[in-house]
Amino acid sequence: MWGSNARNAHPIFFHHALRGVANGARMWTVDPRRTGTAKFADHWLGLNVGTDIGLAHGVAREIIVAGLTNDEFIEHATTGYEEFVAFVEPWTLEHTSAVTGVPAEAIRDLAHAYATADKAQICWTLGITEHHTGVDNVQSLCNLSLLTGHVGRWGSGLVPLRGQNNVQGGGDMGALPNKLTGFQDVEDDEARAKFEAAWDCTIPPANGWNLTQMFEAMERDELKAVYCIGENPVDSEADAKHARAMLERLDCLVVQDVFMTRTVEMADVVFPAALGWAESDGTATNSERRVQRMRAAVPPPGQARQEVEIINDLAAAMGDDRWGNPTPEDLWEELRTVSPMHGGMSWARLEQEGGIQWPCPTEDHPGSPFLHGRLWERPVGGRRAPFSCVEDQPPLDELSDDFPLRLTTVRALDSYNTGVQTEHFNSPIRTGEALSLSVADAEALGVVDGELVTVSSRRGSIEMTVEVEEHLAVGLCHTTFHFPETTDVNQITSDAVDPKAGTAEFKAAAIRVDKLVAEGQADGELVGDRA
Amino acid sequence: MNETAVSVSTMVEISLDGESVRVPEGSTILDACRREGINTPTLCWAENLTPVNVCRVCVVEVEGSRVLVPSCSRKVEEGMVVATDTERVRTSRRMVYELLASSVEMDRAAPEVQAWIDHYGARPERMGDPAEIATQAQPVKVQDDLYVRDYERCILCYKCVEACGDDAQHTYAIATAGRGFGAHISTEHDVSLPDSACVYCGNCIGVCPTGALAFKTEHDMREAGTWDESRQSVATTVCSFCGVGCNLELHVQDERIVKVTSPADHSVTYGHLCIKGRFGWQHAHA
Repeated sequence: MWGSNARNAHPIFFHHALRGVANGARMWTVDPRRTGTAKFADHWLGLNVGTDIGLAHGVAREIIVAGLTNDEFIEHATTGYEEFVAFVEPWTLEHTSAVTGVPAEAIRDLAHAYATADKAQICWTLGITEHHTGVDNVQSLCNLSLLTGHVGRWGSGLVPLRGQNNVQGGGDMGALPNKLTGFQDVEDDEARAKFEAAWDCTIPPANGWNLTQMFEAMERDELKAVYCIGENPVDSEADAKHARAMLERLDCLVVQDVFMTRTVEMADVVFPAALGWAESDGTATNSERRVQRMRAAVPPPGQARQEVEIINDLAAAMGDDRWGNPTPEDLWEELRTVSPMHGGMSWARLEQEGGIQWPCPTEDHPGSPFLHGRLWERPVGGRRAPFSCVEDQPPLDELSDDFPLRLTTVRALDSYNTGVQTEHFNSPIRTGEALSLSVADAEALGVVDGELVTVSSRRGSIEMTVEVEEHLAVGLCHTTFHFPETTDVNQITSDAVDPKAGTAEFKAAAIRVDKLVAEGQADGELVGDRA
Repeated sequence: MNETAVSVSTMVEISLDGESVRVPEGSTILDACRREGINTPTLCWAENLTPVNVCRVCVVEVEGSRVLVPSCSRKVEEGMVVATDTERVRTSRRMVYELLASSVEMDRAAPEVQAWIDHYGARPERMGDPAEIATQAQPVKVQDDLYVRDYERCILCYKCVEACGDDAQHTYAIATAGRGFGAHISTEHDVSLPDSACVYCGNCIGVCPTGALAFKTEHDMREAGTWDESRQSVATTVCSFCGVGCNLELHVQDERIVKVTSPADHSVTYGHLCIKGRFGWQHAHA
C-alpha cells in the first residue's frame, strides 16, 4: 500500500486486503503518516513527503544489485532496461535513506520481499498522484513491477484505487481531453473518422484541455464559456482563490449539479440534476474496471431532471434535433457499437451477471479480471513496456525559514471530499477540521491541543484548531479538507500542478503556524466551533 | 504452465434424508441441504460470516454421532448419513426457539424466524411468565443519530461481534462480556458507542437476526408505527463515495430512502459497507 490510506478511503477494498493478510499475505505500507492502514501492516515505511520516486529507485537498485530481477520477463517484455540500471545506480540504500528518511534496512527488506514474492501487488492512491510529479511517481512504481514481472498475471499487478464510483467510467466514456470513447485517441485520424461516421458530426482534430489547462486558458481569455457538470472547483481546486477569480472572468458559466455548491452560486445558468446513484438509471465502472448497473430508487426533487434529458434538450436548443429521447439502455447499446472493449457487455448481461470487467469484446467473453497479460504472450502482444527514467524532485512548495512545516491533506473515514454529500448525516465520529501537529512541533511553537492558530502558506492564511498527534513525524502536519465553509484549507494548499496530468499538489504545501492569542488566553470559547 | 488445467473439486457422496447425493468436498451439511432444496433454519449462521455454531437451530442427526450436530459448521464426509427432519431434530429445534423466544422479544426478528417458530409449533409461554424469565429489562440504547441497540432483543448469537471483528470490519469495538445469565454484548468497559472504537459501518446491524441492533431511521419509524415493509421497494445501485464499486440496496418507502443494505453474495462487499455507504444517503433528501 503506497500512498494509500485504504482503511479510511476504500474501507471495503481493505476488507479484502485484510482477508489476504489473514490468509498469510504480508503487507507493507509506504506513507509519511502511520495511518490506520499502516497499523495493519507488517512494516511501515514512513518516508518524507514527496520522496516516493527516490524510494522507488532505491528499491529498484536493491532488486538489481541483489540479483532478484526477473531477467526472462525483462528481456521478453520490456525496453530501456540497461539505461534504467545506469539511471538508478546512484540510489544506494544509504543515499535513498538519506533522501527519504526511511532506514536502509527497511528499504532492503521491502525490495527483497517484493522481488521474491510469488505474487505481489502495489496499490496506490492520492499519496502518489497528488504531487507535481504524479505521473512520474506512478511510473517509478511501474518500474518495480517490470523488474520483477509482477504485472499481467493473476494475483500480481499495479492497482490504482479510484476515488469516485465512476471516475473510471468517465474516462472510459471519453470524458478526457485526448480520448474518445473506449480510450481511442482524438488525434488518431482513423479513430476520429469512425466516430464521425457513427455520430454524423465533425470532431475537432486536436486534443482539448485538461482542467488545469482550462483555468490557464481562462486566464488568457481564450476560454470564455464553461459548462461544468458535477464538479465544484471553487472548493476543490488547490488554489481556491485563483479558481474563483478565473470563473469570475468568464462570459458564461453554466453549472449542472445536484447541490447548491459555491460553484453553482457563481453560475449564470443552473441545471439542477438528478443524483446519479439514487435517482438515475445507468452504469458505474469501478477501480477494477467492473461495469455495474446504477438504478433509480427515488424520484429527483423539484425541478431536478435526468442528466441525459438535460443534455438532449440542450442539444435541441442548439438546433440539433437528431438526438431523439434515448433511454440509458439505448445509450449503452450505442456505446457498445463504438467501443470494442465494451462490445460484449449487453445491457441484459449487466442486469443478469451483476458486473463485468472490461475488456469484454464479445458476448461470450467472461470479462477480464486483470490487464497486461499480453506482456506474457509469446511473442509479446503489442508494444513492449518501457522502463521510465524519472527524476526524483522535491515538492515545488519548498520549505523555508518562513514556511518550515510540511502540510499534507488527508481524508477522514466518514466524510467525502468537500463535504457536499456527507455533511447531511450526523456522524458520531466526525471531529471537524483540525491541524495535526507533532508533539515536538507543538512544544516548539508553544501551542496546545485544541488551541486556535493561524496557518499560513505562500498563498494565504486561515485559522485552524490544533490537534497534537503522538506519533506524527517532526515537521509534518496534516489536515482534511472536508469543511470548506468553515475552514477553507484550499486557501493555503499548493498551486503547483503536475504538468503531465494537470493534478494539483494537494499533498505537499509549505506552511507556518502562528499563535493567535497571547500566552495564557487560549480559552475554550475559541475552539470547537464546529461541534 | 498448463493453461488448460482446471481445478475440479472432489465430490463426496452422502445420504441426505434417505436420498443419495453428491456434494463438493469441504461443503457443510447446511450447504448440502441448500443445494438439495432442504429448507433449514439458522440464526447465528450467515453466508458472509464464519460459523460460530452457538444457536443450535440448524441441528441435524448424523448416524453414529451421539449428539445432534450443527449443520452450519459440520463438513460432509464420504458415506455420511444425515437426517434433517426426525422427531429428535424437530424437538430440539422447537426447544431452542422456545427458550430463545421466552427470554427475549422476537417480534422484530426477521420474518423467517417467526415462520420457523410457527412451523415447529414452539410455545415459548410454557417456559413460564416472560416477565420473570426474560433478559433483564434494560433501556434501549440510543447514543447517536445512527444506531439503536435494544439488548432486550439480543439472543447472543455473536454475529455482530464477528462482523465487527475478523469476519469483516476488523474494528473489534464490541465483544461478549459477563458470564452465564450475565453474558451480554458490550463495548470496551461498557463505554458509550461514540466513545468506543466503533466506526459506524453498520455491519453489526446488517447481520443482526432479531432487531436488537437497528438503524435509527428504522427504529424511529417502527416506534412511530410508520414502518411498513409491504410498502417498501428495493433498488440495487452503486455507492458513490469511492471507486470500489459497493452495491447498495436502497430500501425506499414513500419515495424516501429508509435503510441501506448490501447483498451478502456480492463479490465486492459480501454484504458489508462503510459509514459513508451505509449512512451517507441522506443528501438524497437534503
